[in-house]
Amino acid sequence: MAKIVIDEERCKGCELCLAACPKHILVMSENFNKKGYHPAKQINPEECTGCAFCAMTCPDVAIEVFK
Amino acid sequence: MKKVFGRPESLTEVPFTYCPGCHHGIAHRLVAEVLDEFKVRENTIGVCPVGCSVFAYLFFNVDMICAAHGRAPATATGIKRVKPDSIVFTYQGDGDLASIGTAEIVHAANRGENITVIFINNAIYGMTGGQMAPTTLVGQVTQTSPYGRDPKTMGYPIKMAEMLSTLKRAAYISRVALNKPANIIKAKKSIKKAFQVQLDKKGFSMVEILSTCPTNWGLSPIEASKWLEENMIPYFPLGEFRTPEEVA
Repeated sequence: MAKIVIDEERCKGCELCLAACPKHILVMSENFNKKGYHPAKQINPEECTGCAFCAMTCPDVAIEVFK
Repeated sequence: MKKVFGRPESLTEVPFTYCPGCHHGIAHRLVAEVLDEFKVRENTIGVCPVGCSVFAYLFFNVDMICAAHGRAPATATGIKRVKPDSIVFTYQGDGDLASIGTAEIVHAANRGENITVIFINNAIYGMTGGQMAPTTLVGQVTQTSPYGRDPKTMGYPIKMAEMLSTLKRAAYISRVALNKPANIIKAKKSIKKAFQVQLDKKGFSMVEILSTCPTNWGLSPIEASKWLEENMIPYFPLGEFRTPEEVA
């Protein structure tokens, strides 16, 4: 069981985490954050393995991983 | 559930001022994590460059000084000599280290100053708007090489890691990249080794980090990571060029 928490206000919508996720369960939200970016969000959270690749590639350190 | 990945203590809560997808943030995190792991945060002094990372003093939760353009290794030399038990690092881009600050970095390495240099190579000037850097690749289009870099008039990209590894007093020189998780893990190991060399008082250490500048390359962050892999890594090979065992 693993979980990620994305700090939507830190996210700049660069999509690097989408490319890094081996399970392809990250997408861009349709909502905007305060900076005007579409933040990343997770779909199908039960598939997350907690590999932390998304957090490692995030240039804004906006993702926390729990296991 | 236990937190297995989060913001390191050596970073402040201030959001980075970098463009979306810029690898500076990853490099900042790796350095901060290494400082946390060595438990040296309260005994560390960092030196910022001039360039996009000029505001690094806002982001690192350690004592920081901002040096004049290119002069970070000279500033760090002074700090380290006055406070030899502090951990001293510089964080410099390619315009800062490989262009205006070439003299400082070469002589700091040649003297074997016991400092760690984090060198971000993204093959372009970032803050000033995408001009050609000494590390710009042959044929690469920038604001000041609109027809691509022509080596006949502009020379070839300078390989700083290889150049400095010819100096006898340089203890640890490596080149890493941040384009994918596997390389990010290797980059952290290399940064850790560089700081270990300083902790062991073995001399000068530098990690050259290949990173992207999506904004000035005119690519999306994902395309920029691919461009780095396909164009930069073949010219700037990754690996360790000098290790402490070779130091006389």
